[in-house]
Parts: sequence; structure tokens; C-alpha cells
Amino acid sequence: MLNFTIRRLLLAIPTLLFISLVIFLLLEASPGDPLGDVPLTVPPEVRERMRAALGLGEPWPVRYVLWLKQFFWVEPLYWFDQVFGTAHAADMQRIISFQSRSPVFDVIAQRVPQTLTVVGMSYVVGILIAIPIGIMSAYKQYSWFDQIGTFISMIGFSMPTFFTGVVLIIIFAVKLQWFPSVYDTTHEVTDWNSFLVQARQMVMPVTVLALYNAAQISRFMRSSMLDNLGQDYVRTARAKGLTERVVVLKHVLRNSLIPVVTVIALGLPAVFGGAIITEQVFKVNGLGQLLITAIHGSDIPMVLTLTFIFAILIVVFTLIADILYGVLDPRIRYD
Amino acid sequence: MTEPHRPATQPTDALKAAAGNAATPEGASPPVVPPVAEPEIVQTRSQWRDVWRQFRSHRGAIVALAIFVFIILFVSVGPLIWRIDPTYVDIRARNSGFSLAHPLGTDQLGRDLLARLMAGGQVSIAVGLTAMAIAIFLGSLIGVMSGYFRRLDGPLMRLTELFLALPLLPLLLLMVTLFREPLSQTFGSAFGIFLLIVSAIGATSWMQSARIVRGEVLGLKEREFILAARSIGTPSHRMIVRHILPNVLSPIMVAATLGIATAIITESALSFLGLGFPPDFPTWGRLLYDAVDQMVLYPQRVIFPGLMISLTVLCVNYIGDGLRDAMDPRIRGR
Amino acid sequence: MKLKTVLMGAAAMLAMAPAAMAERGGDGQLGLILWQAPSTMNPYLSGGTKEVIASSLTLEPLAGYDAQGNIYPRLVTEIPSLDNGGISEDMTSVTWTLRDDVKWSDGTPLTAEDVVFTGEYCMHPEGGCSQLAKFEGVTAIEAIDPQTVKITFASPRPDPFAAFVGSQSPILQKAQFESCIGSNAPTCTDQNFNPIGTGPFAVTEFLTNDTISLEANSEYRDPEKPAFATVLVKGGGDAAGAARSVLETGEFDYAWNTQLAPDVIAGMEAAGRGKVAAAFGSLVERLHVNLTDPSSSLPEGERSTLEHPHPFLSDPAVRKALSMAIDRELLVEIGYGPAGKPTCNYVPAPEAWASENTECLTQDIEGANALLEEAGWVMNGNGVREKDGVTLSITYQTSVNAVRQDFQALIKQWWSEIGVETELKTIDASVFFGSDAGSPDTLQKFYADIEMYADNFDGTNPAPYLSKHTCNKAPSPANQWQGENTSRFCNEEYDQMVADLEGIVDADERAAMGRKMNDMLTKDNNVIIPIVYRGTASAHSNTLGGVELNAWDSEIWNVADWTRIEE
Repeated sequence: MLNFTIRRLLLAIPTLLFISLVIFLLLEASPGDPLGDVPLTVPPEVRERMRAALGLGEPWPVRYVLWLKQFFWVEPLYWFDQVFGTAHAADMQRIISFQSRSPVFDVIAQRVPQTLTVVGMSYVVGILIAIPIGIMSAYKQYSWFDQIGTFISMIGFSMPTFFTGVVLIIIFAVKLQWFPSVYDTTHEVTDWNSFLVQARQMVMPVTVLALYNAAQISRFMRSSMLDNLGQDYVRTARAKGLTERVVVLKHVLRNSLIPVVTVIALGLPAVFGGAIITEQVFKVNGLGQLLITAIHGSDIPMVLTLTFIFAILIVVFTLIADILYGVLDPRIRYD
Repeated sequence: MTEPHRPATQPTDALKAAAGNAATPEGASPPVVPPVAEPEIVQTRSQWRDVWRQFRSHRGAIVALAIFVFIILFVSVGPLIWRIDPTYVDIRARNSGFSLAHPLGTDQLGRDLLARLMAGGQVSIAVGLTAMAIAIFLGSLIGVMSGYFRRLDGPLMRLTELFLALPLLPLLLLMVTLFREPLSQTFGSAFGIFLLIVSAIGATSWMQSARIVRGEVLGLKEREFILAARSIGTPSHRMIVRHILPNVLSPIMVAATLGIATAIITESALSFLGLGFPPDFPTWGRLLYDAVDQMVLYPQRVIFPGLMISLTVLCVNYIGDGLRDAMDPRIRGR
Repeated sequence: MKLKTVLMGAAAMLAMAPAAMAERGGDGQLGLILWQAPSTMNPYLSGGTKEVIASSLTLEPLAGYDAQGNIYPRLVTEIPSLDNGGISEDMTSVTWTLRDDVKWSDGTPLTAEDVVFTGEYCMHPEGGCSQLAKFEGVTAIEAIDPQTVKITFASPRPDPFAAFVGSQSPILQKAQFESCIGSNAPTCTDQNFNPIGTGPFAVTEFLTNDTISLEANSEYRDPEKPAFATVLVKGGGDAAGAARSVLETGEFDYAWNTQLAPDVIAGMEAAGRGKVAAAFGSLVERLHVNLTDPSSSLPEGERSTLEHPHPFLSDPAVRKALSMAIDRELLVEIGYGPAGKPTCNYVPAPEAWASENTECLTQDIEGANALLEEAGWVMNGNGVREKDGVTLSITYQTSVNAVRQDFQALIKQWWSEIGVETELKTIDASVFFGSDAGSPDTLQKFYADIEMYADNFDGTNPAPYLSKHTCNKAPSPANQWQGENTSRFCNEEYDQMVADLEGIVDADERAAMGRKMNDMLTKDNNVIIPIVYRGTASAHSNTLGGVELNAWDSEIWNVADWTRIEE
């Protein structure tokens, strides 16, 4: 397994480089203009100057190689400097966003906490709800519990978050005034009261996202459990006199987890990607909002850096999922 | 790491299950036999009749099927009976409530909501089903290939990672810029855009099912019944069609159900970006999206399209459940 | 009864209190919501309206425009004029005298050097300054003494108020920005995010595209202002969410650009917490008619260029009929409510420039039909008019926007009533308004027959706006599709008028010429079909006093005077 992991990690390097090139070319080719937001009152000659100031006058291979250098050399050096107080990267240009003209990584660092607290929390809550529901629904297939669970999760999945989010705001923020409709990103948790404020403002976005995630994961959990509950080894285990608890939670659950692990592992990078619509509805301004505004503003350095980090996470989590398959089912071998 | 509970070998199991109905000539008969692969016509019939019988006993699935057929009739035959043009603007009748002339009321421009629901349903269901079919087909194909053939695993999974990493929005913008005009010229405006949308959604949503299917196949491949089938020299294509695919059916079914909902919603997001159908062309997702701001004033405008989307997804889910149960010989045998 | 009177008196006293005891920072926090979040505090780097509004909390120009569009002094003692000698006799220079009591928020005084520096900063060839157009024709900016700045132009300027006038071109502090000139501009993140200003507030924390925290500027020249101690500018979300947070939940005091359907706004206002007001500048929503052939059968590079006239829109009768079929009153009622007025003018303001052009305000479907009939366009079997094998079939494009899509649906219907068949097309705003020469969907490329968008001009001088429609500014491969004459209007007489306008000095004559040009574009030729004179709508809470919307300058131009009032 160790061999396999090392080989995959080595293979990941060319893969990621290739992915970064494809993303870059895609962003280059797709229509859109970093100056799309500039009012029409600004005449074309001035636009041309602004474009040149963004470095867009250079041919694309030059800009791509520059980005590679900035991402793999300048940025690590800069962080090294920050930690050890040296000045290796003092006169080097970091990756700069077209929109705000500030270093891309500083903006990302600002946004990560919001996204991790809100989107990450909703993912954890979603999984914690989904797995027991999935198990129960499968074990008691076609019971009332299962029927209601199916019903709710299907509604939860088929209702887009731009709709459920606004419904929650209208009920709980406008009519009942229980929770704020605008998320305050500058709020700091220092004591119990400020923690309560933070909890209050997280309730609605977390609920919306958790519902959506739980709906999906519980469906996969249920179907996989059902598959395994019908297997003969379950009968054997019961015949051996094992308690239902052990049969279901130890034997069946473990065998059912493979598709669920895939779904969860694939979903984790998406947590980093943020939740574009939910962040917008509740004005959380995390990484999802950052990405979407960057895409709309054709902010190539920002989009490229964000999606590339996203790609790294995808590659890493795919690898983790593959390793987990091996742990869950020792018969699976890769080499 | 020891495995305390090995699943019993599947061939014997399948044989037992099938014994009551149709005696299969081979010892390693598959749990599910797709009609194409079946050599004898008589057997196919009995097999499928059997599936249908099992399906019928699944009450939820039958009810869902009935509702689904009703929805299909509503959107396809409905416009022939309710003949108001969904894009006709009757400005004097705008924002009207439930009335005889407009049973579900009208929107802010006086367009009939019932007619729009019917017209929107045609598009949404067509987009949902087609895009889902494309995504599932691609996903299962790539998943099975990469799980089954070790040589293909690396390249295909790297491809999957690439697609997962691509930012969706610029990709869609690019696809539309490149293909909107050529497609509308070759296939006509509406059908051209339909093709573009379903392929765009399909091509960008197969990755999850590919990963799931591959995971399952990796596990299945090491099972005894596969070894048994291989030991008697079953060729790869038959192995996949007869032994692997039927056993990964249930995650595929779930992915398919969820895929329809995603496709319907994605279509509305696309039209919001100006990438979808022309703006006066209603779809359920679009009706829902457009009405969100007016939710408080005119709740029916969000409730009906929302209800239709949920109902469709629920029906597909229950039908999927029923099919899965019906096609599983272990359950059918019971 | 007596007790009640006393109580009411006390309440009245309390209500008066904040106004009576005006004191810096006495009114707590002011919450602004700009749903399109500002990305920087330096308007020279971005040029977007959202950045201009945010930076106007901190940075100030020498002079600004008030709500009526009149110029007023901010950092100077008076507005230069021919009478007071501020403008030279030959109109080639303008001299500004700075106030002597203005300090930057770090305590240092504002000097003429800062003004000179700001000019250098923007005019640097590598800086990519978005307000460069304001400095066009400026040959020198000199500090005569610490309080006096002289700007010299290459040629006589009847209207010298462009540079340093209005919130788009405020004064930057030389000491802070000295190292940020030219190609160094992007490395100055700290400076761009936390500019030291002379305005009522100073930045304490700037999170790009998210939140800006500001506090009252302790060095502000009026010791009683601003009334608010802190300002929180929140970004993100959409127009409906922003309006809701002011009008329904009361979490914020002011929401910028809450353009929503009138009935949705009315529903929110019913909560009684605030209202939506609109200010009218020069923004007009209009249709541009493509006078050239956008047909995809033409080779790339010749599509939508002057080489191929449009098969039927080059017929003036067709253009006229298209305009006549539109009911502008109804469009306003549905899309904008009080934030819009029907108009037939390309230049709707200032008053002197606005033409008496009201003919188009009444819809006349019959007249349009008759006109087309007369011009030889006859109905075929499908209810579409045709002549010589050419059918009146139109592609009508605009950006994605709920109101615009409603307009498209309505106009399509009216045009169908005069026998014109319409296909609607929407394009993502970032593509449509972007000027990517490689994209077929930009408004300049105009691969469609009709397109709809809104445009305006900076400040109160419409001359540059009118001079966009000359022959040589028609977008084409020759100018990388960057031309501004999207209709491809090519008329020698008009080109001559543009040239003449440059030379006219007298204000009345200029306005008269402007009206003539406006009529030529609109009612005479129907090259541009104006629809709605749009205001910018913003929601504000009933507890916010002093709000006076301004469409000529930053919308929150008088934020220093805002106070908290009791309802």
C-alpha cells in the first residue's frame, strides 16, 4: 500500500501540471473580460492601457509560465520568509488578483475560515444525520421511518438552495426575527455571548446545506446497505448467533461504506470550493463567493489559483478514498 | 487484516434464485440477464415478466409510475387541451390569481402559469432525463472500464480528476460560445440549444457516478463468482455486461435519481447565465428561479414549479427503487 | 391626560436630541450594504461604480456635484470661473485654490503637491489608470504655491471640470502613494486598501469583495461631523437580499442599487422600516439598431461591419415602426416604477441639453402597421411582413437581468403585432459588457439585429457621449471591435456636428447643438431607440437622516451630514 501511495503521489505531479495548463487555456479561451465591470463611460483607449497594466499584453505561454513560477517558487518563498523572517522573496512579484490588485493568497487566507466554519460544519452535520438515517431506512425498508426519510431527502435534494435559503430567511429572519439574514464575517468569537451570536448566524446557512448534503449521502448509504443486507454472509452471521447489532453495524455497515466513502471523499474538496449559492443567499462571502466573483470578473490569476488548489485537493482525496477502499475491503489490491 | 464474513459465492445464489423460474443452462448464470445478451427468446420473456411481477408488488413504485405517467401526459398532452400560448403576454391580466381563464393565475406579464408549467415541463423532463442518461452512461462506462481493466484505471481516473477540477462556469461559457451557432444552424434553434444543454450538463456531471461505480467494481472484481466466471473463460465484454453491471446497478440507480434533480436545477442556472434556452422559453427551474423574489406576494408561482420538480424526482426515485428490487434475484426469489 | 402630554413632550425632545446635539461619532454605527462588493478603495485602479462609492467615504475630489448636478467646492475655497479669474481668459488653464483647514486623516495638511502627485499618478503611461479620460488634453499640473494648483490644457476648454471633479477622481496623499506610481501600482495593496483621505471616514479594516470597516476621521474639517462613529460596508448577495436587510429586517441602514420589480419593492416597504428612493442622472435604457448585416452567412471579419448594410433595418420606415410599436409607459410601470421615466431622448439631462422630444411616448401600433404597409412590407401567411424575399425577422439580444427579460418578452409581443418576428437572446453580463474581441457575444461585436442596454455619461457634460457615434468609431476588425458606435451609424452630417461641437464655447449654443444631435440619433433616424430614463434606486432606513440621493456624483456624496433620527 505504501508503494502504491508513493507511486500515485509521484504520478500526481505531471497530472496536476497538465490540469493547471488545461484550466489556464480554458480560462484564456472562454469569453469574458477582466474589464467587463468598468463602466461604458471609460473610452476604449483607456481600457487598452488598463489591460496592459494587468499584464494581458504578453502572449499566453509567458503568462502561464509566470504563474507557474509564482505559484511554485515565489509564494512558497514568501511564506518561508514570513515564518523565518528572511527576505528571499522581497522583490519578487506574488500572484496578484486582477480585481483587487492584492495578492491572491492573502485573499484566500481571509476567506478560508468563513468557508470552513459554515460549509465544513454543514458537511459534518450532513454526514452525521445521513449515516444513521441511511442505516435505519435500509434496515427497516418500507417502514414509516424509511418512507418519511425518503420523502424528506428527495424534497431536500430537489429543492435548490436558492429557494430553500430564501424561504428560511423569510420565515426566520423577516417574520420571526430569530436569526440575522446577513452573515457578519468580521464577527470574532471571544466569549460565550459572542459564541452565541456566531451560532445564531450560522444556523440558517448550515441547515440549508446540511439538508442538501444529508439527502444525497443518506440515499447512497441506504442503497448500499440494502444491497449488503440481502447477501448470504448476513444470513451466515445471523445463523452463527451474532446479535443484530453486531451483524448490522459491524458486518453490513463496513461492507456498505465503499460508495459512501466515495461520495464523502469527493465532497470534501467541494467543501473547500465553498457553496456558491448558499454563500450568496446568506452573504457569507467565503471561497465560493470569491470564486464566482472572480469568474464573473474574468480574474484569471484568482480563478486559476483557486481551481488549482481545488485540483490538488481532488487528487489528494481521491487517493485517500482509494486507500480507504483497501482498508474497508482488503480484497481490493492495486498492485 | 482478516475478513470475518465473506459473502457467499454469487453463482450458486443466483442459480437458486433463478431455479424456480427459468432453468439457466450455465452454472454461472448472471443475476440479471439483459435481453440483448439472452440467447433464447422464451426465456427473456419469462425473465422480464418476472421482473414486472415483482415491480408490481412494490406499491410505492406503482403509485410513482402512475404519477409519473400522469406528469408526462400533463406536459405532453396537456398543451393540446389547454391551448394558451405560454409565451403570450396578456398585460391586462397580469398578476391575476386563480380564475377560470387562468386556473393557476398569471405571472408579472400576464402569461398563463398553467400553460407555462406544461411547456416548462416538456423541456425540464426532457433535459433532466437526457442529461441524466448521458451522465450515467458516461459515468458507468468510465467507472466500469477503469475498475475492471487495471491498465485503464490510471488514465481514466486522471481524466476524471481533470474534469472534477475544471471550473464549470468558464467551461460552459466556452462551450456555448463555440457551439451555439453551429448547432442552431444544423439542428434548428430550439433543438440545437437542447442538444448543447444536455451535452453540457451530461459532460460535466458524470464524474461522481464514475468514481462510485469504479469503487464498487474494484470490490466486485475480487469476488469468487467473478473468479469462477473467469475460470471458465468468459470474455471481458460478457463478464462486464452479465456479471459486473447488474451488481453495480443500485448505486447507479441512486446516482440517476439524484442526477435528474441536478440536471433540472442546473438547466435553470444555465438559463440564468444566458446559456440556456431563449429567455421567454419557460422551464420549471427557470419558473422557480424567476419567482423567488415574488415569493411573498405570489406564493403560487414558486409552489407549483417547485412541486412539479419534487414530484418528478420523487417518482423517479420510487420507480428506481422498484426496478432495483425487481431486478435483484435475491429479493425476487423471496 | 396631563401625564400623556408630558410624555409626548419628552419623546419629542428625545427625537430632536440627535439633531440638536450634533457631535462627532454620537450616532453609533452606520450600516451600508453594497451587494456588488467593492474590490478596492482606489477608484483609479478599478473605475467601477461600487469602488467609487466605497472610496467616497474616505477620499475627496477638489469639487463635487450636488444632487441637482451643480458643481460645488469640497477641498477648494470656490469654483473657478471666468469671473473670479480661476479660468483663464483663453480657457486653456484653470486654477484651484485649496482650503487651508483640510488635513489628511494622519494629521498632515493637504497641499497642492498632493494634487500634482495625483495627476502624475493617473497620467503615468504604465499605471493603467481607469480615469485617464478625465485628464485628456491636460498638458501640465503645477503647484503655484502650497494652496494653489494650476491645470493647463492643450486647447481651449469650455468645460474644464473633469480632472479632480467628482468622486471618480479624488485626491490621493502623495506621502502614502509616492512609491506606487506606474507599474508599481499593483504592489501597493496596503495603500490601495487603506488610503489616507480627507473625507469623513477612515478605513480600519478592508476585506476585499467582502466587508469594509471605517471609523470617523478625527481630523475631519468640520468638528461636529460625521455623526456616525463607525461605518460597516457589507458586500455580497443580491439586490433582493440587500433591500430586505434594510426594508424588512432593519439590519442595515442603506442599500445601494436595489433595482427590483416595483411590486416587490412595494411589498417590502409595507414593513414600514424604510423606503426606496431614486435619483436621476443621465442613464438611459435603449435599443440599438444594427445598421449593418450581422448574418452568419457572411465571412468572419465582415459580419456587422459597414461593408454590408442591413437587409431591412437600413430602411428608416422599419426602424421608425419598431419604435412606434413600443409602449414606454407600460414598460416603466412594470420594470422600474418610480425609478424610471419613459423617454425618447438619448441625452435626457441636463435640462438645457434635453430635447423636447415626446412624440414616441404614445404607442401607435396601427400607425406602425400603416407605415410598414406604405413602405412595401406586406404580411405573408405566417403574420410576418416581407418584401423582395426579405422577411422582418429579428434577433434581439441583451444581458441577463430579470427586468430586461420582461422587456424583451413585451417588446417581442408588440413587434409581433406589426408583423415583425423576434428571436430573443440573453448573454451573461460579464461577456456582454466585456470587450473580449474573441467573443461573438459582446455588445460591440453586435452579432444581432437589435440590442438593449443602458449607458450614461460622467459628470454633466454630454459632449463626449454624443461624439461616440461617429463613422470612425463603428466597431470593426480594424479597431479590434473596440469602437463605441455600436449602431454603426455613419453620417457625414453628424460627424461634422461632432467636430463643430468641440469648437463651440457658448453654453447655450452647445446645448442647442447637442439637442439637434440627440434628435438626429433618435427621432429623425431611429438609430437608437430610447426606452426608459432610469434612476438609480437605493433603499434607506427611516432612521437615517440627511440622505439625499445623487446621480451625478457618488451616491453617498453627503455621508458626512447623515444622522440617526427617530422614526
